[in-house]
Amino acid sequence: MYAQMVKSEGMKSLEEMSPEERAFQERVDRGDKIEPKEWMPEGYRKTLIRQIGQHAHSEIVGQLPEGNWITRAPTLERKAILLAKVQDEAGHGLYLYSAAETLGVSRDELMEKLHSGAMKYSSIFNYPTLTWADMGAVGWLVDGAAIMNQVPLQRTSYGPYSRAMIRICKEESFHQRQGYAIMMKMAQGTPEQKEMAQDALNRFWYPSLMMFGPSDKDSVHSAQSMAWKIKMNTNDELRQKFVDETVPQAEYLGLTVPDETLTWNEARGHYDFAEPDWSEFFEVIKGNGPCNEERLGARREAWDKGAWFRDGLTAYAEKAAARRAASNVAAE
Amino acid sequence: MPSLPDAATPDVVALAERAAAAQGHDPHISDVALKPAFFDWLCRMGDNSLVLGHRISEWCGHGPVLEEDIALANTALDLIGHTQMWLGLAAEVEGAGRDADKLAFLRDAMKFRNLKLLELPNGDMAVTLMREFLFDAFHFELLTALTGSSSPRVAEIAAKALKEVSYHLERSSDLVVRLGDGTEESHARMQAALNKLWPYTGEMFTADAVDDAVAEAGIAPSLADLLPLWQRTVAEVLDEATLGQPEQRFDAQSGGKQGRHTEHLGYILAEMQFLQRAYPGASW
Repeated sequence: MYAQMVKSEGMKSLEEMSPEERAFQERVDRGDKIEPKEWMPEGYRKTLIRQIGQHAHSEIVGQLPEGNWITRAPTLERKAILLAKVQDEAGHGLYLYSAAETLGVSRDELMEKLHSGAMKYSSIFNYPTLTWADMGAVGWLVDGAAIMNQVPLQRTSYGPYSRAMIRICKEESFHQRQGYAIMMKMAQGTPEQKEMAQDALNRFWYPSLMMFGPSDKDSVHSAQSMAWKIKMNTNDELRQKFVDETVPQAEYLGLTVPDETLTWNEARGHYDFAEPDWSEFFEVIKGNGPCNEERLGARREAWDKGAWFRDGLTAYAEKAAARRAASNVAAE
Repeated sequence: MPSLPDAATPDVVALAERAAAAQGHDPHISDVALKPAFFDWLCRMGDNSLVLGHRISEWCGHGPVLEEDIALANTALDLIGHTQMWLGLAAEVEGAGRDADKLAFLRDAMKFRNLKLLELPNGDMAVTLMREFLFDAFHFELLTALTGSSSPRVAEIAAKALKEVSYHLERSSDLVVRLGDGTEESHARMQAALNKLWPYTGEMFTADAVDDAVAEAGIAPSLADLLPLWQRTVAEVLDEATLGQPEQRFDAQSGGKQGRHTEHLGYILAEMQFLQRAYPGASW
């Protein structure tokens, strides 16, 4: 999931709520969609800004690990598919920043917070893409994990977010398929290709499990977000679902999930699996992952080096408006 | 596969063969005397798209603003698509068992036929956009003329590519105007980009024996005929952009079409061809 550990504001019982808050909660409970101009609790607004903003940042930072292989894609078709995919991620960023704007925060403000480190993006994008098989693993596992979270979010209570998710999910499921198609090609290819595929799975397995965030069974934030229907499942539920769906896919590829404890639990009807190393997760979140510096550095550099470009376009637009105004005056 | 069907269509080759068989007869494809020139010329078309597409794709994820990032990726995608068509036809004309991928990924620099202009590093957005504009203005006129080619296959590819390139030209002209007439800094950067690229533009219009042979066969227009059209577009756009046309020669840098490139192309190929070179014969 592209939003991790999003703090939500307060948690009140129905009795503690003001009449407005209670009416709002009842609308959410009924399954109504909340639209931008309607009244909403400040906490709902703030939490959504954090969550949608973090999701948007994840999309654009997420362009970088895959963008890393566009110029090295092995065939013209793979190059075109990868370019289209990474371009889709930029498009998702655009929908999501637009959804956040409906809550009263500008894209520039959110960018500023990303660049200053005040806002985060998903931990997964701080891992390097080292071989072509990583293009397969990222599509299969990373987009696969993202979909687990995003499919239920299509039903989220906030209208613009829900609509963005519906569009995004269509593209993400295609992304996952293209990732899996690359994995199939690699797993059925030469011994070197198969080795790359296994290595990619080994490196991306636990970071993918971390994408769901630590267990939030007892988290107050999580409970509030779930009451507001901006979080639809617990992190553990989604992680389990991901493992259950992914393990047979790995078996089909003839690849081994790097978890010796992995076993099918007949009684639970789920796989038992090992937790990722959460101390690694917290280090990555703090900025100490393998590629944090490169990723954030690349975003900052793109923004700083693009300042003259944005300023140039703005200046032209102002001049053009002034010229239009002057010619209108002259015409009168 | 449990829940995900394979995204690859297994009978795609059969589909492509059926589509090819349904196309009209193109006498140029089997013209033995014309073959070397026709092949070379098709490689020029394909390599121009490939190398420019590669350069533009380097921006993906690094654009100055999200909308621009998306537009750049779109342009690169169009160009890679054109490459598949031009190099695919080149391979067919050559008839030596190569395909578009083999031509793209297994030729060395001296066999590449792209213009030098297109392999220069991206520089800043000013260089990237000015290059796009200078090439788009030529590419547009060339493709327009090619839609009337005596080769139906060439005309067909040109018609498809022209739809996208018309948009490329519209977008790059618009941005050249806006940035040229934007701030002092954006103006200075655009002028510097123009001055830097100008000596590479003449190569687009300098015909050699290959260009003459395909023009003679009615496949392609005479490059000299395209020059005034290009000059008119460039003059109009630069004028609106408040940019000054450089006074130096516009054809000082050439040779790319004959395989004599800048040092930059070798690095593009080292990167682009890495996997095909490192794992010969693997399927991706």
